[in-house]
Amino acid sequence: MSRAVEFLFRRKGGKGWHWTDIVTWVWLVGGLFIMFGPAVWLVGSSFKSPAALAEFPPTILPYVTQKATVEAYDKPLDLYEVTLEDGSKATLAEVRRIGVVSQMVDPVKPGEIVKVNIANRTPVRQMSFAAENYTEPFTHFDFVRYLWNSVFVTVTATLITLVVNSMAAFALSKYEFRGRTFAMLLILATLMVPLSVIMVPLYSIVSVLGLFNNLWGVILPTVATPTGVFILRQYMLTIPDELIDAARMDKASEWQIYWRIILPLTAPALAVLAIFSVVWRWNDFLWPLIVLSRKELYTLQVGLSIYSGELNVQWHFILAMTVVTMIPVVLVFLFLQRFITTGIAGTGLK
Amino acid sequence: MGHIKLTNVAKSFGSIDVLHEINLEIADSEFVVFVGPSGCGKSTLLRIIAGLEKPTGGELAIDGKVVNSVPAADRGLAMVFQSYALYPHMSVRQNLAFGLENTKMPTAEITERIGEAARMLEIERYLDRRPGQLSGGQRQRVAIGRAIVRRPVAFLLDEPLSNLDAELRGSTRAEIAALHSRLSATMIYVTHDQVEAMTLADRIVVLRAGRIEQIGTPMELYNSPTNRFVAGFIGSPHMNFLEGTVESSSSGKAVATFAGGHRLDLPVDDASVATGSRVTLGVRPQHVSIGTGTEGISAKIKLVEALGSETIVHTDVAGQKILVVAPGQHDLAPGADIRLSLSAAPLHLFNEKGLRLEHAL
Repeated sequence: MSRAVEFLFRRKGGKGWHWTDIVTWVWLVGGLFIMFGPAVWLVGSSFKSPAALAEFPPTILPYVTQKATVEAYDKPLDLYEVTLEDGSKATLAEVRRIGVVSQMVDPVKPGEIVKVNIANRTPVRQMSFAAENYTEPFTHFDFVRYLWNSVFVTVTATLITLVVNSMAAFALSKYEFRGRTFAMLLILATLMVPLSVIMVPLYSIVSVLGLFNNLWGVILPTVATPTGVFILRQYMLTIPDELIDAARMDKASEWQIYWRIILPLTAPALAVLAIFSVVWRWNDFLWPLIVLSRKELYTLQVGLSIYSGELNVQWHFILAMTVVTMIPVVLVFLFLQRFITTGIAGTGLK
Repeated sequence: MGHIKLTNVAKSFGSIDVLHEINLEIADSEFVVFVGPSGCGKSTLLRIIAGLEKPTGGELAIDGKVVNSVPAADRGLAMVFQSYALYPHMSVRQNLAFGLENTKMPTAEITERIGEAARMLEIERYLDRRPGQLSGGQRQRVAIGRAIVRRPVAFLLDEPLSNLDAELRGSTRAEIAALHSRLSATMIYVTHDQVEAMTLADRIVVLRAGRIEQIGTPMELYNSPTNRFVAGFIGSPHMNFLEGTVESSSSGKAVATFAGGHRLDLPVDDASVATGSRVTLGVRPQHVSIGTGTEGISAKIKLVEALGSETIVHTDVAGQKILVVAPGQHDLAPGADIRLSLSAAPLHLFNEKGLRLEHAL
């Protein structure tokens, strides 16, 4: 603990507060709130009831007003902490509210109505987790179907990405041919073309190929990624050419050189690309939304959009399901962050 | 079977010619060493023979068959690389088996060949380790083992000892020599280390700037180098060279004046050198003796390196550096003047172009 404190308050040169210490602190603490704030709010709010979500000011944790069942009233009534006119405090249930006056009743003595100014009462709140936000979508919403679609798209796309990109990287790193650098630059240049530019032509290609409303229509356009080719090529350049010469002397075919020598030695870079690919494909929204119009083919991200209807947005379900869809990505980051950081350090990627 | 013949083999990378018109014939079970300074094209020549590079001209034949367009794997050669090039993700056993599996050899035979090679090289204990868990010397053995299991018609070794420490280099050198006599296979060995070349080779090929300077047995190269480059390259410490001018003489023997005004009889008759032409006299440091009295060439001692068994004396003769290797121990100090005698020395004479002038005697 003391070491953690020492670490947090470490200063430049070890003594006195330099202005850079303050800037660093503000920057990092601000960054912490900016990065973690939304995630914490998301998880907290995913347990709120629709009423609590609409509350202002919003809270981080899910609170609900306590209710009490009072004799002679059909519905449970909200409980309030009330300051009475004589200054004493009591816990009363609200029957109804007229203007600024609230008609309240003591749950113990239900016969007697007490009129209280609303300024003098505060709701009795307690933490309550609305688990039905999570359980209901599983019964009403075809969550399992969407989950399966998402997993299928992510796994298949990642596998094909690894194979296709490593083949391209192998050729671009280990074969000498005219225009090699140009080919590499061309591939990298496609990084500058955003999806929105190629969306329409891509859509017509997918449509002509009959892949509209087909999960393969989501998978295939995404498998060749310039980033992937770049990561793998840079890594393969570090594999000594003598190994390939040795394999050639050992009568290995070009395919065997790729499959038995290059791929196993590229494993660290492949792991990095696999992680990136899983995250990209899992979080894809726009393209699956365009290609898939039949509900049973939706991926999770598209499926979530069902809850934002034209007239009514069911925020409590959206938030809860967003948390669920985040879990795989968070797990990937938790367990593989070592690979991710080395990958980022190695490629200078975001 | 391992007869290799190169006819006018040339190689250029773009506009840079790295090999010019190489003509060379290597007999079966011969041990040939390519030697030369770095960048002379010796590794490229080896890679052309291996099939890893395509020659841009000429013809390469193995056992009488032209193999210019035969892929590396089908030439029946095995190569040992400078960096060993062992597959890091495979065990030693898998490294040895990889080449055999690719030829669809039955498993029983693969096992037998690996066992035999492992016994020969004493690497049986390491068969299940990865190359990363082996020392440099052990990796070297595995690399050689990978070549042996293929039972090639010829072994190609590309500076195989350059990554080993001095002691290991000596013992591995002896092992390679033993291996050659046991397997009696053709071996082509590339090195820049002339000690390896001298001790291992049946014949040495000296290369410089993509051309063969001389081919011959180690002793031929040592005793009668065909040009100044070979003379300077073979032998350690390298040969001393004295620049001089031929003078007219009446005795029938050529005489030249060298730096400092020394006149020396040349080991050729006066008909073979024109009067007034410039010549270079070469003499090995071991053949220069420290004279007595006022005889011989006067020199100033610059540095004395006493090795116990011999003493290397760096001297200065009128601005030219002359090395002397004198057997035994001598009490000499830098700055002293001594006399050097060449009277008993075998002398080498080179003309202006650096070519050897044959002794008339």
